[in-house]
Amino acid sequence: MNQPIYKTELSGAGMWSKIIGRGKVMKLTDLEGGANVGMMLYNANERTERYSMPDTLKGQQVFYLRQGICLHTDMGRLIGSIIRDSVGWHDTVCGTSDADDVKAKYGELSYQKAHNEWFRSGKDCFLIELAKWGMGEKDWMPNVNFFSKAVTDDTGALGYVPKNSKPGDSVSVRLEIDALVVMNTCQHPLAPGGGYVSTPVLLEVFEGDAISDNDECLNSHPENSRAFRNTHDYHELKQSL
Amino acid sequence: MKESDQNIESAGYRSVIGAGDYWWKEIKAGEIFRIHDLEGNQAADTLFYRAGELSERYSASDTIRKQGGLYLTTGSKLISNRGNVLLEIIADTCGRHDTVGGACSRESNTMRYALDKEPMHACRDSFIRGVQEMGGGIVDITCNINFFMNVPVTPAGELSFADGFSAPGRYVEMRAEMDVIALISNCPQLNNPCNGWNPTPVEVLVW
Repeated sequence: MNQPIYKTELSGAGMWSKIIGRGKVMKLTDLEGGANVGMMLYNANERTERYSMPDTLKGQQVFYLRQGICLHTDMGRLIGSIIRDSVGWHDTVCGTSDADDVKAKYGELSYQKAHNEWFRSGKDCFLIELAKWGMGEKDWMPNVNFFSKAVTDDTGALGYVPKNSKPGDSVSVRLEIDALVVMNTCQHPLAPGGGYVSTPVLLEVFEGDAISDNDECLNSHPENSRAFRNTHDYHELKQSL
Repeated sequence: MKESDQNIESAGYRSVIGAGDYWWKEIKAGEIFRIHDLEGNQAADTLFYRAGELSERYSASDTIRKQGGLYLTTGSKLISNRGNVLLEIIADTCGRHDTVGGACSRESNTMRYALDKEPMHACRDSFIRGVQEMGGGIVDITCNINFFMNVPVTPAGELSFADGFSAPGRYVEMRAEMDVIALISNCPQLNNPCNGWNPTPVEVLVW
């Protein structure tokens, strides 16, 4: 792949939000293993259109995300496609930690005591970044947890699978709509207690290639093909002469 | 499975919601709210809000995370986006309710079934009219509960919409832990087995 047009390292429990244009590829790399990237995605131009966990799961009859899976919106369209993935399982059901979870699991560590090593929750990080775009609680929807794995048994009980992602593992998402991407690197909400772990993640953005007819994500499910068609129509109609 | 102690004859409020209709009502803290699947296998798509404060609302991911499980049944606490308990399920003769499948929409019907299904009535249109009457808008519609709907997930991560566990006369009952507004879209979906291919009425009761 070419050189990235943007590159930054997100510190553990760091947060980030920017608009990434349609067709670009966002690559996340777990630098030390065991990372988690909580992410929400919105149509940058119509922010009421957002990543939809239910439509993503039921459209592809899956409980988790991996290469070949698309991220669907609530408008029958796609906001992203997972075009490369060395991890194999990313959670999108368990949400994010709140301050009570962090306190119960890890205790408290204030800014006064620890400066930027302090304990933060995923919920705080999401709400802070959303606010910068004039958004907030009303825009809250179930998020993606890249690099993390939670499985269920036949009764529906959830189990967290530790060390799902190894040092150097990466996942690449091609944006299918101009997307407001809001993320943080707080731990997965079901990660075990014992120590508040800050795990850095490398974020790179690349220019993408045109989507070919044999694109894996386009062809993995007929639901994706129809959602690609809806997304194509949306852009065609929007285009000025 | 747990049966209720309530006597239907003493319910202070009863209303039947036809398939494809929506309904909303405030339920006060301490009141008991039942949804009754009159004819069986009917999905009752449901959202909850703190009364007077639409920004605090049911959160599927907080509910799943706090109980450490996917399915809702007796003992499940329905948690808000601020971590508060909105209601608790206290009786359930169905046994399992979904909260990851979301609601159908005309737009998602085009993705799931066929592009020409777009005109078919769908839950999200009902939710939109309901929240508009409540003073809100489309951003107030979040990932809902599907009472009586069965969306099994396997340990390998497969997910499907399966024939329901529900049957005529089964019900789920919950106690409000704060003043809440319940909004129901009685699902009109004709393209999958969530309603047994035949959408039917549900009854709501409050004690």
